[in-house]
Amino acid sequence: MAETLTHTDTHHDHNEGDAWDGGKQPFKASYGKLMMWYFLLSDAFTFAGFLIAYGALRIAMPSWPIADKVFSTFPGGFHEKPLYFVTLMTFILLFSSYTMVRAVQDGHREYKKGIVVWMFLTILGGLAFLGCQAWEWSTLIGKEHMTITKNPFGTTTEAGTYLDPELGSFEVGHSYLLHKYHAPHAAHDDHGHGHGHDDHAEDHAAGHDDEHHLPGFTKTDATYTKPGDYPYAVVNEDGFILHKYKVTSGEDAGKTKTETLGPKAFGALFFFITGFHGFHVFSGVVFLIIIMVNVASGLYVKRRNGYEMVEKIGLYWHFVDLVWVFVFLVFYLI
Amino acid sequence: MAELEKVHEEDILIEKLGYDDHFHDHHHGDKYQSNFINHYIFSMDHKIIARQFLITGIIWAFIGAAMSIIFRLQLGFPEADFQWLKPLLGKWIVVENGIGSLAPEFYYALVTMHGTILVFFVLTAGLSGTFSNLLIPLQLGARDMASPFLNMLSYWFFFTAGIVMFYSLFISTGPFSGGWTAYPPLSALPQASTGSGTGMTLWVVSLVLFVVSVLLGGINYVTTVLNLRTKGMTLWRMPLTIWAFFVTAILGILSFPVLASGFFMLTMDRAMGTSFFLSEIFIQGQALDRIGGSPVLYQHLFWFLGHPEVYIIILPAMGLVSEVLSVHARKPIFGYKAMVLSILAIGFLSFIVWAHHMFMSGVNPFISNFFVVFTLIIAVPSAVKVFNWITTIYGGNLRLNTPMLFAIGFVSMFISGGLTGIFLGNSAIDIQLHDTYFVVAHFHIVMGVAAFFGMFAGIYHWYPRMFGRFMSETMGKIHFWGTMIGAYAIFWPMHYIGMAGVPRRYYRFDGFDAFKHFTELNQFITIAAIITFGVQVLFMVNFFYSIWKGKKQTKRNPWGATTLEWSSPIEGVHGNWEGKIPTVHRWAYDYNKDEREFVPQYIPMEEGEEHGEDMH
Repeated sequence: MAETLTHTDTHHDHNEGDAWDGGKQPFKASYGKLMMWYFLLSDAFTFAGFLIAYGALRIAMPSWPIADKVFSTFPGGFHEKPLYFVTLMTFILLFSSYTMVRAVQDGHREYKKGIVVWMFLTILGGLAFLGCQAWEWSTLIGKEHMTITKNPFGTTTEAGTYLDPELGSFEVGHSYLLHKYHAPHAAHDDHGHGHGHDDHAEDHAAGHDDEHHLPGFTKTDATYTKPGDYPYAVVNEDGFILHKYKVTSGEDAGKTKTETLGPKAFGALFFFITGFHGFHVFSGVVFLIIIMVNVASGLYVKRRNGYEMVEKIGLYWHFVDLVWVFVFLVFYLI
Repeated sequence: MAELEKVHEEDILIEKLGYDDHFHDHHHGDKYQSNFINHYIFSMDHKIIARQFLITGIIWAFIGAAMSIIFRLQLGFPEADFQWLKPLLGKWIVVENGIGSLAPEFYYALVTMHGTILVFFVLTAGLSGTFSNLLIPLQLGARDMASPFLNMLSYWFFFTAGIVMFYSLFISTGPFSGGWTAYPPLSALPQASTGSGTGMTLWVVSLVLFVVSVLLGGINYVTTVLNLRTKGMTLWRMPLTIWAFFVTAILGILSFPVLASGFFMLTMDRAMGTSFFLSEIFIQGQALDRIGGSPVLYQHLFWFLGHPEVYIIILPAMGLVSEVLSVHARKPIFGYKAMVLSILAIGFLSFIVWAHHMFMSGVNPFISNFFVVFTLIIAVPSAVKVFNWITTIYGGNLRLNTPMLFAIGFVSMFISGGLTGIFLGNSAIDIQLHDTYFVVAHFHIVMGVAAFFGMFAGIYHWYPRMFGRFMSETMGKIHFWGTMIGAYAIFWPMHYIGMAGVPRRYYRFDGFDAFKHFTELNQFITIAAIITFGVQVLFMVNFFYSIWKGKKQTKRNPWGATTLEWSSPIEGVHGNWEGKIPTVHRWAYDYNKDEREFVPQYIPMEEGEEHGEDMH
C-alpha cells in the first residue's frame, strides 16, 4: 500500500498547477519523511517540557552549582579542567552529525559502500558519546557522590571564613564540593590515584576519595571517623563533611553556620535530562545499526526509494544532536 | 470488474471522471485482509480501525457512566442502604449499623476513573480516533492512511492502555483516587492515599501508553491530510470535518508530549525519590526529605496538555456537527471560510490559556490577567461558529432525523456551556466559583454532553457508512429527547448549587448547614442521571442490534450528501474505491444550487457555473 502511494504520488508530481491542489506532495516530501518531522516536533515538545521544568526549578533556588566546578574532571586524573571533557563529547556528537550528512549524501548518489562506511562512522560517534556519558556519570556518582537525591555541589550566597584555618575565607558565590569522610576500614592504598584511575569505587559504601588532592580542601581521613559534630565541621548521616564557617556578610554576619548540600533538583534534573537524551542517542544507534545492515544487504535497492530510510534516520540523528546543544547550553554554559 | 457489479451510478461516474492511480495494478489485498485475524483484529484498514475505536470507546463510555451512577447514588442518598451493590463492589461497600454505604476512598477512586475514562478513552480516542480514521481517507479520496501499520499500532496502544486501566479497577488498594488531573503530592507519593500506590502506578503506565497512541494517530492524520488528498482536493475544498480533525491532530502532537514529560518526572518522583514536584511535605505528622520541587510546575505541564485537550475533544464534534447540519438542512454551510479560520483560531488560542485552570493554585495574579484576556477571546471564534450553525439551518428544509436532532442539540449545549465559561474565565469571579459544582456543570455541558451530542450525530449519520445498515429512528429519537432533557435536568441545577458554594469532589455535604437544603435537589440530579443512563443503554442496544439487524442500506448516498465517502462501495473495499479514484472539482457544500438538490464533489463544474462562496 505505502509503496503504491509513493509510487503514485511521484507519478503526478510534475503536473502543472499548485502544489496544494491535491494528488501531490505539497512539501515534496514523502509521507514517511513528514511523519518523521512531526514525530521530531512532538519530541521537541517533550524536551521543551523538561527544559522548562529545569528553568522553573532552578529559578526558584537561591543558589545553583557552578558548572565550571561541577564538570571539571578529565579522564587520566586531570582536575580543574572546566568543561574540557564535555567539549570533547559535544565535538564527537556534532562530528557524528557530519558523518551522517555524508551518509545521506551518498544515499542520494545511490552509492551503497559510501553509505555503509559513513553510517558506520556515525555509529562509532554515537557509541563514543555514550561511552563519554558513562564515564561522566560514573565519575559524578562514584567519585563525587552526586545522585538524583543528593547533590554535594553547592554555592554560597554569603561570604564567610572557615573555622578550619587551612581552608581560609571565601566570597559570595564561592562554590564547594562536599566530600565524604573515609570510613576507617576504607582508608587504604588509593592515595595518589587520580579521579579516573580508581577501580574501587563500588567497594566501599561509605565512599572514599582523594579530596586532599583537590585544592582548597584539607586532609580528612584522620580527623573524621564517624558522623557527628567536630570542631571544624559536621559529618552528617550520609558521611558528607559539612565545614563550619563564620558568616562575614549580609544579615547573618557573625553567626556560625555549616555548609549544606546543594539544591537536590540539580542532580535529579541533570541525570534525568541527560539520561533521557542519552536514551535517544542509544535508540538512535540501535536504529542506525539496523538501517546500516539493511543498506548493506541491498534491501533498499529492492524498494527503489532512494535510501529514504537513511534520510529519515538522518533527520532523527540531527535532531538528537540539536537537542544536545540545548542540554549543553542549560547544564554546562548558563 | 464484471459489468454486473456496476449498478451504482457513482461507480460509473467515477470510472468516467476519476483518475487512475494504478492502485489496483498491484496485488496487495491478501496481505491485508486474508483471514479473520488480519481483517477484523489486527487490521490495517482505516475503516475497521475506526470501528474498533468506536466500539472500544462505547464500552468505556458504559463503564465510565456506570461509575458516575454509583457515586451519584451515594451523593444523592447518603442515608440509603447500598448493600445490594455488594456483589459488584465487594469490600468497597462498608456496612455500618446495618447500612451499607460506598467507602469514601472508593468514591474518590470512582470520580477519578470517571474523569480519566471519559476524557481520554471515550472523548479523545472514541471520538477523534473513530471519525478521523473513518473520514480522513474517505472524504479526502485517499486509499488509506499514510501509514496503515502505525494506524493499527495506534489502536493497539490505546487498547493496551485500556487493559492496564481496567486491571487497576480490581486491585486490592483500588484504582487511583487523586482526581483525573493527578496533581502531586497525591499522585507523587505512593503512601499519600490508598489509590496512590499501585493504582497510580497503573494509571500513569496506562496514560503513557495512551499518549503513544495519540501521537501515532495524530502524526498519521496530519500527514494523510497534507499528502494524500486526491486530485483537486485543495485545502479550501476540504469538508469542515477534515479541518477539525486536522487541527485536533496538530493539538495532540504538540500538547500530549508535554503531558508525557510531566508523567516521566512524576514517575521519577514516585519511584526514584526525586523531588521534581514535591516541596516541604508532611505525611501523618512526619516531615519527608523531599524539598526543592514545585507542585505548581506539574499543574503547568498538565494543563499545557489539559487545555488543548478540551479542544481535542470538542473540535471533532464541531466538525461532525457542521457537516450533519449542512447535509440535513440541505443548505451550504454558512461562512465556510470563517468556520475554518475559527477552527484555526481556537486551535491557536487553546495553547495560551492553560493557566485559567490554575487561578486559585497560587499563580501570580498579574499572569492571570494575561490568561483571562486570551480565555475570553476564545469566545469570539466560538461565537462565530455558533452563529454560522444557526444561520446554516435558518430557512433550511430541515430533515429532523436523529443525527440532525443531535447536531441541533449540540449547538444548544455548546451555547449553554459556553456562556458559563465566560464566568469562569474571569479570575475574579473564579475565586467564588472555582472547585464548586458550577465548574462541574460548565465543563460537563460544554465538553462532556456537547461532545457526546456531536459524537451521537456522527454515529447516527455515518452508521450506514460504517456498517451498511441504519440505526433505528424510533429508538434514536427516544435516545435524543431522553438525553437532551436528562442532561439539562442533571447539570442545570448544578449551576445553582455551585453558585451557592457547594464544593465538588466532596463525599457528602448534607452535614453542612449551608448546604442542607440542597438535599432534594441533589436527589433529583441523581434520579435524572439514572434515567439518562438508562437512555444511553437504549442507544447501546440500538447500536449493537442494528449492526446485524438494522435496516439495510441500499443506496450508496442515503442522505444525498456531496462528500466523497458516500461514493465508495457500501460494503467497504480495500483501497476504498474499486477502480479509479474520484477527482474533486468543487467544495463540499453544493446543496440546492442552480435547481439541483445536491452536487457531489466529484462532479465537474458546468460551463458558467460559479463556485460556492468564492471557492476555487
